[in-house]
Amino acid sequence: MNLKDKLIQAFQETESTLSFQKERKDSMRRLEEFGFPTVKDEEWKYTNLLPIIKNEYALSASESLISKNLLDEYILTETETNVIAFVNGQFSQELSNIDTEKITLCPLSLAEKTHSTVVQNYWGKALPEHPDSLVALNTALSKEGVFVHVPKNTVAERPIQIVYFTTNISSDLFLQTRNLVVVEENAQVQITERHQNIDQKEVFTNTVTEIFAQDNSLIDFYKIQNDKRNCSLIDNTWVKQGKNCTCTVDTFSFGGKFIRNNLSFLLEGQYSESNMRGITLIGVNQLVDHHTLVDHAVANCQSNEMYKGIFDDNAKGVFNGKVMVRPDSQKTNAFQSNNNLLLTDSASIDTKPQLEIYADDVACSHGCTVGQLDDDALFYLRSRGIPFKEAQAMLMYAFANDVLSNVKIPELKQKLNRIIAEKLGVQIDIEV
Amino acid sequence: MDKQLYMLKINNLKASIEGNKILTGINLDVKPGEVHAIMGPNGSGKSTLSSVIAGREEYEVEDGTIDFDGESIMDLSPEERAHKGIFLSFQYPIEIPGVSVSNFLKTSLNESRKAQGLEPMPAGDLLKMMREKMELLEIKKGFLSRSLNQGFSGGEKKRNEIFQMAMLEPKLAILDETDSGLDIDALRIVANGVNKLKSKDNATVLITHYQRLLDYIVPDFVHVLYNGRIVKSGTKDLAHELEEKGYDWIIKEAEQL
Repeated sequence: MNLKDKLIQAFQETESTLSFQKERKDSMRRLEEFGFPTVKDEEWKYTNLLPIIKNEYALSASESLISKNLLDEYILTETETNVIAFVNGQFSQELSNIDTEKITLCPLSLAEKTHSTVVQNYWGKALPEHPDSLVALNTALSKEGVFVHVPKNTVAERPIQIVYFTTNISSDLFLQTRNLVVVEENAQVQITERHQNIDQKEVFTNTVTEIFAQDNSLIDFYKIQNDKRNCSLIDNTWVKQGKNCTCTVDTFSFGGKFIRNNLSFLLEGQYSESNMRGITLIGVNQLVDHHTLVDHAVANCQSNEMYKGIFDDNAKGVFNGKVMVRPDSQKTNAFQSNNNLLLTDSASIDTKPQLEIYADDVACSHGCTVGQLDDDALFYLRSRGIPFKEAQAMLMYAFANDVLSNVKIPELKQKLNRIIAEKLGVQIDIEV
Repeated sequence: MDKQLYMLKINNLKASIEGNKILTGINLDVKPGEVHAIMGPNGSGKSTLSSVIAGREEYEVEDGTIDFDGESIMDLSPEERAHKGIFLSFQYPIEIPGVSVSNFLKTSLNESRKAQGLEPMPAGDLLKMMREKMELLEIKKGFLSRSLNQGFSGGEKKRNEIFQMAMLEPKLAILDETDSGLDIDALRIVANGVNKLKSKDNATVLITHYQRLLDYIVPDFVHVLYNGRIVKSGTKDLAHELEEKGYDWIIKEAEQL
């Protein structure tokens, strides 16, 4: 049975037990009608999903455990944080460490009972009316994920760490995870998220995160994508912003074999700011695709976009940055940059800025570069005794630094530095 | 004479880049404790010579030899040459955002130590050494944490080059147009730094277009480079003669040969 039919069947079997029945049914119908995207779809022109979806997957896995020590490898341990962890799609009480008074952090399935009004009011509401089939699929079949609720005038003092583990699975697994983040007026929160497979079997995750940033709120969301090479991830993040709020989503892509990020901001309140940044550092047989959308639906907002990509071996990168400035969205400032380094002849990047500007009093800019490491700079470093590999690494750090320097959690910055050093196979210690 | 007495011995060096012959037969001998100045009009091959000695791979060495401390360095990478004690101060130092001066120096110094089989320098010692050398070059506090050369003025960049040289303590320092873009105060500081770093065991090769620098750093020998080879050598008086009469008379002399 192909994957689509399998999903349809699974839906029919569980449909009656799920919440939001109408939404789920409508969504499933979209998948039935449109199927999975192919390279004939403009949005998927450079990223072929076929090899991923033609694999045989189980759609759920039985409960399992991982050790606390193993958990520690994938989280920040020196910073006081709240950790919410899942294993094989199910909430793990043992691994989670949640100590919150003022905010709510819990599995979404629990929030449906304890915070049913909030869930009812927000679930699915950041998504477009006609979502693509993958978002639709998630809406139809997702059962679990993270619920974050930061009430009015509350500052979440500890960063929240979300980890989705998979382990001890009997066959390749296709997972739908779903996060709902609601940050009310004058509230602040920092969140990190990662998906981590421990198993030899393949894992394909299709995840949807909805983030609601209400007036005067401040949100920093960090995605650390450093999964095993047998993993594929489609990360759909939809942010809806009110007035005078700032939301940042930074994506660090190092691992996995196939990653597609769909990151969308809808600016609905004036004087708000959307930031999206990314570092992609990949090599043999890896693909990372960033599709971003900023919809300036009102005037006086700002969006800043900065993605840096380093592609080694036969790695493949895709960047598509769409900025929409609606007719009445005057005084919009929208900046976009996408800079890429290709370290070999067989690495590639398809990059496309896509600006649709219907207002006339705006400042919008975009720039994209594709290049190699600068020979003059390499020679300069080597003439100071720094070996070729380390010199290359130093220049790559320098290249990625604009993004890294914006990370607000010091321990996370260190951890990212270490991951980068490891990826580059060097032991230099660069901190700025 | 025993070749071991020479620190640098260049014999009939010919080099080209992308098919263009730049160096057409250089002979140059430098002993420890000496200061050599290489002068010459634009395009004569001065910067190429410094790059080739430092091991820049884009240049193809077609003929000749370069020995350092009695051994050929022709097959060595730029970093291996640096580890042996060759230092090149760049005419246009490269800006490297995100890498601080102190981290750069730490990496640079410790890589050289590693190549010599030494342990990394303890952080305290390193900092102390940096402070001493900063004083020598009248470098302000706060400099260490700045990104390497990023947003530095011309003078700061050159001072940073000499600071690196002071930290790395090379046997042979090649200073490529270190005076260009320097005002008189910066020139004095840089020259003073170079003079203080001189010893009987190290040598300096100054590459310069103008005689001005040589008022501050007095050379033992002056060589004129033209069309990729040394056409005249002399003492510091030759530099004064060039200052007065320009390069034309030497070019004429060279072309008559």
